[in-house]
Amino acid sequence: MTLRFRHLLALEPLLREDIAFLLDQSKPFQEIQRNPLKKLATLRGKTVALLFFESSTRTRISFSTAAARLGADTMNLQAEASSVKKGESLLDTVRTLDAMKPDVIVMRHSASGAPQFVAERLKIPVINAGDGVHEHPTQGLLDALTIRDRIGHLDGLNVTIIGDIQHSRVARSDIYALARFGCRITLCGPAMWLPRECEQMAPGIRLVPRIEEALRDAQVLIVLRVQTERLLEPGLPLDEYIRLYQMTPGRLAQAQPGALLLHPGPMIRGLEIDPAVADGPQSCILEQVTNGVAVRMALLYLMAGGTPGSGGPGTD
Amino acid sequence: MLLIKNGRVIDPSTGGDSTSDILLHDGRIARVSPGIDAKDAEVFDAAGLIVAPGFIDLHCHLREPGDEPAETIETGTRAAARGGFTAVCPMPNTKPVNDNASVTRSIVERAASAASVRVWPIGAASLGSKGESLAEISAMKDAGIVAVTDDGRPIATAKILRHVMEYCRALGLPVIEHCEDPSLFAGAVMREGATSVRLGLSGMPAATESICVSRDIQICALTGCRLHIAHLSTTKSLELVREAKHAGLPVTCEVTPHHFTLTDEDVHYDTRFKMNPPLGSREDREAMLVGLADGAVDAIATDHAPHTRATKEVEFDRAAFGVTGFETALALALEALVHTGRAPLGRVVELFTSGPARVLGIRSSLAEKEPADITIFSTEHRWTFRAEESASRSRNTPFDGRTFRGAPMATIVGGRIVWRRS
Repeated sequence: MTLRFRHLLALEPLLREDIAFLLDQSKPFQEIQRNPLKKLATLRGKTVALLFFESSTRTRISFSTAAARLGADTMNLQAEASSVKKGESLLDTVRTLDAMKPDVIVMRHSASGAPQFVAERLKIPVINAGDGVHEHPTQGLLDALTIRDRIGHLDGLNVTIIGDIQHSRVARSDIYALARFGCRITLCGPAMWLPRECEQMAPGIRLVPRIEEALRDAQVLIVLRVQTERLLEPGLPLDEYIRLYQMTPGRLAQAQPGALLLHPGPMIRGLEIDPAVADGPQSCILEQVTNGVAVRMALLYLMAGGTPGSGGPGTD
Repeated sequence: MLLIKNGRVIDPSTGGDSTSDILLHDGRIARVSPGIDAKDAEVFDAAGLIVAPGFIDLHCHLREPGDEPAETIETGTRAAARGGFTAVCPMPNTKPVNDNASVTRSIVERAASAASVRVWPIGAASLGSKGESLAEISAMKDAGIVAVTDDGRPIATAKILRHVMEYCRALGLPVIEHCEDPSLFAGAVMREGATSVRLGLSGMPAATESICVSRDIQICALTGCRLHIAHLSTTKSLELVREAKHAGLPVTCEVTPHHFTLTDEDVHYDTRFKMNPPLGSREDREAMLVGLADGAVDAIATDHAPHTRATKEVEFDRAAFGVTGFETALALALEALVHTGRAPLGRVVELFTSGPARVLGIRSSLAEKEPADITIFSTEHRWTFRAEESASRSRNTPFDGRTFRGAPMATIVGGRIVWRRS
């Protein structure tokens, strides 16, 4: 089996077998991370363009580590230091970088749909590394991989996602990845960040503003980062959020025994999560980070020339 | 002299619908009757075609002065002629804003030398459309404006709106309102709903529009001034207009072709589907079609809003609002209303002619001695619209490549054929 798609812009259009394939393809790269010598030559001579129009630490470093371990070279764009600040349009910026002949583009942007906009106009594959409040597909994949490793499968799990669902690209990608395996997904958070329309994203999604109810029977808890700028406007007092939604040991105990705890990072200890939970035995947070590199290696391998027809020079 | 032979003549002002000839002379309609014989007249064979009073577009943006890379009076009115419009009303949000008589005069003068069709400017209601103090409405009226508006936004406060409406009532001018609650609108790029949530685009709820419609109708009741709701797009707004009409208030409204043919589900980060008001739900589209057919809606207006590639070929969040619309309006109306059997042909003609004329308080008619402004169209002609062939300077249309049944065939202004389908 090879990739059925040129770009990875979103998990929404992917089928269960697409996602299972990507997770399976990540396995060997997980093993490589355990080796003392982690570098392969698979993508030697290939160039990965890392275009981060929105600041990012972990995703950018994760992708650049993945590229380095595959032997690829990287081109880096960070918005703060770029021509974007000088008023250049997105299209001109990416066309300029495209003229330097990268083999694959990894792109993060604050505008939802920006990677699709670029993908429609360039001939090389584009991997979405997070766009606005739309999707963060590699996060969805690494979360699925982490859960599958710990539990052994993904089928029919009870998964609860807690936080600002409306403005979370992680939530969207997690929902699409996990719903394909029949996971029963409960979305929990302040009502104004829990739009009714979320129910239509996949079958069987429940919207539950009360955390006690949302935790019951949960086998997996995904705690989202609180974006403090969202709290300021239109306004939810920080203390209210902490009181109602912070993941504490007491709340963790209301979920199924041994329930997994995931967080996409960066986390703010003492806000959405109690340090005892973040560092506890149920936390998968650091595994998520390690798996992130493996998933991204697999994708770069598949999309930058690891398989025929996936976007080398001259293919379209 | 021009003789239009054997057309199906539809005149909503009289309810007339029969095969007839029309003789035009000296810019006016000289005779309407079957079997006219005029030896020295140029003959237009309209057999199999519809002959109607000239179409009026109550709402467009010609971008001149100030944004000529997007459109000019010359290119915009050429596109209007290709759409069958004999008169268009450009909105005042030019640069500078058309908020004083000298800007109005410059538009009127430019139109006299460069326009293919009649240009009836609409003036700003407030200075700079800022909603703080009244514009020179009376002087602009003398210079040629036919209505006032702060289009692009509503008149800022109920208090200024009241002032404007009291003043305009005395002047006999309608006030056109772009209805939206600014606080709900802020930051939004499309209609709120399942699609906006899925795409992660900031949405405005339908109430953004109807809250303002409600305010405006109450000020209309307070002042008695004619109120026209521009580009109405939601079920609730139309319900409010229906109630106001039922109560006898002088309230009218227009709907754009994109709002009665597309929905928010058509937005796939394609900026050609980004406009304000945004595309609504399927229910809203259905409500628009019902209102167009049953008379609750007074006019079809294009809200032709040309934009350069530089302002459209960007991230969806950053793209300008607006779509072009002159050349596809009639074909979309025929497709959505006539070919579906929702409305008789005469009703669609009314929505482009006597409907908008009533909003402006003018006549639209094929009676003898009336100005010879005539639109000739086909309900059957098959054609494909290609944005790159448009007469407009801009290409921001969601209908590029669409194949239609029915099209404008010729546009006659003041007795002269200004455009004819080749």
